[in-house]
Amino acid sequence: MKNVGKQLIWQQYQKEIAEDHFFYVRSCIRQNFFPGAEATFLRILKDVLHKDVYDDPAHTTCTGIGYHTDIIPLETTMTVVARQFALMTEKGYKNFIPSCVTSFGLYLEILESWHNHPEVLNQIRKYLKEATGRTFELPENIVHASDIIYKFRREIASKAKYRLVNQQTGQPLRVVEHIGCHYAKMFPHKSVGGAEFPRVLSGIIEEWGGEVIDYPERRHCCGFGFRQYFIKANRGYTFSSVKKKFDSMHPYSPDLIVTNCPGCNVFLDKGQYVISEQEGIVYGANGYGIPVLTFEELAGLIVGFDPWDIGLQVHQVSVEPLLDKMGVWYEPEKKYRGKNNIPLGQPLQPTVLKTF
Amino acid sequence: MSKIAIIGGGIAGMEAAIRLSALNFEVHLIEKSFILGGHVKNWHMLFPDLSSATQLVEQQKNQLRDSVNILLGIEVIRASYTNNKYTLYFSDGSSNTFDAIILTTGFKLFPAQRKEEYGYSIYSNVITSAELEEYFQTDKPLYTKEHRIAERIAFIHCVGSRDDKVGNRYCSKVCCVTAVKQAMETARRNPGAEIYLFYMDLRMFDRQFEDLYFQAQTQYGIRFIRGRLSEVSEKPDSRLFLKFEDTLLGKPLRLTTDMLVLMVGMEPAENTGQLARLFNVPVGNDKFLLPKNLHQYRNLTNQPGIFLAGCVSGPKTIGETLTDARSAALEVYNYLNRN
Repeated sequence: MKNVGKQLIWQQYQKEIAEDHFFYVRSCIRQNFFPGAEATFLRILKDVLHKDVYDDPAHTTCTGIGYHTDIIPLETTMTVVARQFALMTEKGYKNFIPSCVTSFGLYLEILESWHNHPEVLNQIRKYLKEATGRTFELPENIVHASDIIYKFRREIASKAKYRLVNQQTGQPLRVVEHIGCHYAKMFPHKSVGGAEFPRVLSGIIEEWGGEVIDYPERRHCCGFGFRQYFIKANRGYTFSSVKKKFDSMHPYSPDLIVTNCPGCNVFLDKGQYVISEQEGIVYGANGYGIPVLTFEELAGLIVGFDPWDIGLQVHQVSVEPLLDKMGVWYEPEKKYRGKNNIPLGQPLQPTVLKTF
Repeated sequence: MSKIAIIGGGIAGMEAAIRLSALNFEVHLIEKSFILGGHVKNWHMLFPDLSSATQLVEQQKNQLRDSVNILLGIEVIRASYTNNKYTLYFSDGSSNTFDAIILTTGFKLFPAQRKEEYGYSIYSNVITSAELEEYFQTDKPLYTKEHRIAERIAFIHCVGSRDDKVGNRYCSKVCCVTAVKQAMETARRNPGAEIYLFYMDLRMFDRQFEDLYFQAQTQYGIRFIRGRLSEVSEKPDSRLFLKFEDTLLGKPLRLTTDMLVLMVGMEPAENTGQLARLFNVPVGNDKFLLPKNLHQYRNLTNQPGIFLAGCVSGPKTIGETLTDARSAALEVYNYLNRN
């Protein structure tokens, strides 16, 4: 494999990423599945990078899941999105950061539609005004949260306490990066690195000392696919996709998987439990799975946040093998302790997949 | 004596120069590189008769009479038109005045890296049809970059042709039969190798093309799969992992191969747009130069004294290119003798 070819592609897919003053919109599902990820992102922006970021409690879902499952009319989705932009405008911000890749794709799709059909934009302005009395400006800069971490990857590296290096061997950790489909496959030129060889996560991983694995099913969907998972009868597609990816990456012995999409994180992490129960297969070493982190969680670990403060205890696949390889300090007895040291209870043990 | 400039020293330019010098015109053949012969000089053998490409180019060079003034390493940077004559200003600072000009700048190969999903310039065993043709000059079996004999090879048709995604809706005409020819040559050099051709349609339009296609199947066991490649990845052992759809079976399939050959199509040569502006000749949707019309006046343009020959006006086979160049020479002759 020749990296020079990838570099030529990456040069074609660069975009403007604002420097400061961000309006942040959260994902619907991340706060349930990986509750520390978004809090970690805000903490990094505020406390590590010293940026101005506004997290508005008044914002709502973008309706992306409803939109992609065909249960919400497009005009409704557009009006909800217009309301998010109205909140941004009211708070005096121009740089919009969605936490979720599906939202990011949806915002881009709507902005593109409005660009090509100004009459639709005017209609949506009217709907929003009638429904809420609000008006809005379009964002000057809209990027995904992972683009922000990519932009500041060197600054984060300069403040890093740990690196993606095996402390025992001195070798780079082998990392699988998985990019949500809606990050670049819809609008490659709105991504960092394009849709075929996205750079947004691989650039972060390499900057922080890891080695990126380019395995045959790298581009394959995590299996979420909305209609695949939300329609119960189709869930077999979801887990066959997950299995296909893990079968393909397994020969490369990855130490870690990093994603930038809420759904991908769920299915690559919890999917390992499903496959272990259904097929008796475990893909990590010694009966454990392969840890799956969001890009914010990884950034949090790198700069030295406590693994339990960033929510790594709620992952299905135990992260301890990764923490040990990186030499991250942690207190095992505090894994299932909440605020003020309150016990959270212990999760049930899977039949096949080993957990700490 | 009337003076004619022919811009582009490939086989179309040389053929027109040969014909016009035989008619006692003063011919100036202008080529931006330092070698005549265009793309064909890098080719091994020609379809459908498997004759030598080098021999064709050398024969043409030998036929260029002393009266042809060959200017190598020179480009036209400016042009003006007064009193029925064109003055061309060259990149070396010189200039000259001509009674007629034939544009024969041909084509460039589609840059395969634009089909990012095929992994050209990333995966070492993905090569282009032009690179394979050049490799054939060595007369060796086909080896992978890891020096293993290639036992399974796939050829992908229409790379950069008939593809809206890259902005080229047109057919490049020569790739189908070139793939068949190259697959047969590969089978001859690598006996026992499994060879797959992935095509949209097989456009075997010219004489003996169907025979070649038939021979490829019956004598060489080449497998033709109607379907498109969706993406290529590399396995840990550097073999290639292909995902494609067999559109006759209606199934997505996967195949592991040692090598992948991309049948790159034609795009207008780099300077086609510049020539269009210099001489005020329109370009088509495909960005090749447009003749006055596509039936009786294929070598004429909407400008007096400006003629087209060869692939500058769209993809052509070698036979068509040579015929086109002769036709252009005749049109120039008629134009210069119109009074």
